[in-house]
Amino acid sequence: MDQIFEKYSLKKPENLIPILQEIQEKKGYLTDEIIEKVSVHLGIPTNRIYGVATFYDQFRFRRKGQYHIQVCRGTSCYLCSSSSYLKEIEKLLKVQAGSVTKDKKFSLETVNCMGGCSQSPVIRINSTYYHHLSVADLSRIIRTLREKSE
Amino acid sequence: MLLTIEINEQQVSAKRGETILTVLNRIGVKVPTLCYLSSLSPTGACRMCVVEVEGLPHLVPACSHQVEEWMQIHTHSPRVLKARKNIVELLLANHPDDCLYCDRNGTCELQGLSEELQIRERKYISRQKPVQIDKACPSIQRDPAKCVLCGRCSRVCKEIIGVAAIDSVGRGSNTRIGTSYNRGLNFNACVKCGQCIIACPTGALTERKSLPQVIEALGDPGLYPVVQFSPTVPAAIAEEFGLKSNKDILNLLRYALKRIGFRQSFDISLASDINLTEEAAIFLERLQGNKNLPMFTSCCPAWVRYIDIFHPQFSPKLSPVKSPQQIMGTLIKKYITSSAGIKPEKVFVVSVMPCTAKKAEAEYDSEGIRPVDAVITVRELVRLIGLLGIDFDKLEPEPNDTAFNMSSSSGRLFGISGGHLEGLMRSINFLSTGQDLNPGKINELRGLKPRKEAKIRINKIPLNVIAVSGLANAIELMDEIENGRDNIHIVEVMACVNGCINGGGMKIGSDEKNLKARMKALYDADEEEMVKVAHKNPVLTELYEKFLSKPNSPGNQEILWKGNSKSQEL
Repeated sequence: MDQIFEKYSLKKPENLIPILQEIQEKKGYLTDEIIEKVSVHLGIPTNRIYGVATFYDQFRFRRKGQYHIQVCRGTSCYLCSSSSYLKEIEKLLKVQAGSVTKDKKFSLETVNCMGGCSQSPVIRINSTYYHHLSVADLSRIIRTLREKSE
Repeated sequence: MLLTIEINEQQVSAKRGETILTVLNRIGVKVPTLCYLSSLSPTGACRMCVVEVEGLPHLVPACSHQVEEWMQIHTHSPRVLKARKNIVELLLANHPDDCLYCDRNGTCELQGLSEELQIRERKYISRQKPVQIDKACPSIQRDPAKCVLCGRCSRVCKEIIGVAAIDSVGRGSNTRIGTSYNRGLNFNACVKCGQCIIACPTGALTERKSLPQVIEALGDPGLYPVVQFSPTVPAAIAEEFGLKSNKDILNLLRYALKRIGFRQSFDISLASDINLTEEAAIFLERLQGNKNLPMFTSCCPAWVRYIDIFHPQFSPKLSPVKSPQQIMGTLIKKYITSSAGIKPEKVFVVSVMPCTAKKAEAEYDSEGIRPVDAVITVRELVRLIGLLGIDFDKLEPEPNDTAFNMSSSSGRLFGISGGHLEGLMRSINFLSTGQDLNPGKINELRGLKPRKEAKIRINKIPLNVIAVSGLANAIELMDEIENGRDNIHIVEVMACVNGCINGGGMKIGSDEKNLKARMKALYDADEEEMVKVAHKNPVLTELYEKFLSKPNSPGNQEILWKGNSKSQEL
């Protein structure tokens, strides 16, 4: 973290998001302690940083699972009923969006747009993109991943 | 540069760079506002003040849109009225319908808007997400369900107080005004000043009530309830009940307090005199040793908390003396009532304060026998007077019945920014020369200004003193000191702009006229009072003989200095 602070050594508020992004890249998620350290470094109150971090979907406060599932909730995907996909995955994994399964294998979150609007609805698992899935496809994919990890 | 615009078919001249709302206010056209506060930067978040400008496709918010030469503005056209009504209807869609049980029933701005725009039915119904009321903090209670997201509280907290303890969290329909990590106000940097309560248009932010506790104590035959009040309270009560300033307000208030059931009432100004006497001695010692200068005053608990949290390196510079509220409580329990044969455990001390931070202060300073048992704000006292059916018009002034109500006018000046410093300068001068400061009235430290600097020569030594109010202004001064400014001797800080007369426990919706009246009441008391220096208060002489030892002596430190529980973080 000190390296990141060194890179963005100036006390400029515009450094906030890049710092948070780089820390998250390294650690996987943000914690209270991280926010406090960034607050001291930039001289921005913790509450404002928390406000920024909760505003953007890209920042998370929970550890990622082995398979990180992102369901797009952008306008185009939303119209192609991405929310029913989300519900289905929540049912399959027995977790709410924004959390991790007990066995730490899957984490689920919603994102605003992944830029694949023509392929809506889009779902991303780690670095693989899926589109035009059916509900049956979903349960098959999750089953395969679960088996693969065991 | 002047330009001409047309408002409701009337030619009006306006300055370039002015917002439409400023012009409307000047010519007396009222448009409703919600998120706008004149002391804060406009955000245009609520769209309540929208007006129609000919030639523009959409309605524009008057609070943040600047005037331009060609503008033809309609402030109350059918389109505008419909839009405003729709906005309030949408706000009401997820606002709980519990006005009858709400703390702000009758003073709520949303209620006012709903009435003004004649909303008579619920047009939209939304799913209300369950939210938790944040009531862990001893001073402030937050009910996010009633929040309309106008952002006034968070802007006050950021721009005027400089703390940013509450801010928007989340996004879109999930946006809330929240605290870091959703841990609640008691676990973050909140200094409890209560300015957010004053700023809040609805009942989302209120003070934590101590009234039930006070009413219970009043009815307990085993207890001896007494009350102490801040010097700003008489003027605030006069304003609330419409009492003319020619009446003996102080003694009317005393009578009302007696009718409520308090056995004795005390003006906290006596404790302010003790505070001044001690601080004068401490300052002279510091000046001699050139140590821990500038000395920061410590009577404002929000400021003390700010130093503890944000600048612990400055805490040795804080005056170690307890605040007048805590000194008075100690004095009442350990001396005044115990010399009358009443056990301190039986005494229930209630303070009436224009401040919410005092609630937290009383809560944290509670080792052994706590000096103050409950703190109520001026608003709570007004409610108590109403509840007990006390009619001020029929009251007779109650003559002062105890010697412990004598105070110098310096003690009373604590209620306004600069007043504590003025009193302190008089005391320092008296202590070092044995004479009254001439002139005793320090004009540089008076008036409604956020920062007041004065250069005063005492015993041939020129002293630079600064009074700042509004924590954000104090933060600027802190930066100057950190960057090497070393010519200041004493700094007085009040967290609320203009000091306690504008405190977070005062009437909601106070305007500048109210502030000026409260200020005048304090300055008038200073004019009329014979004893202008704390050291000359005759009661103090007695107290220092019988109860306390010499100013700034180890014996006094035990009673009057802040304990070891310095940061008092829960």
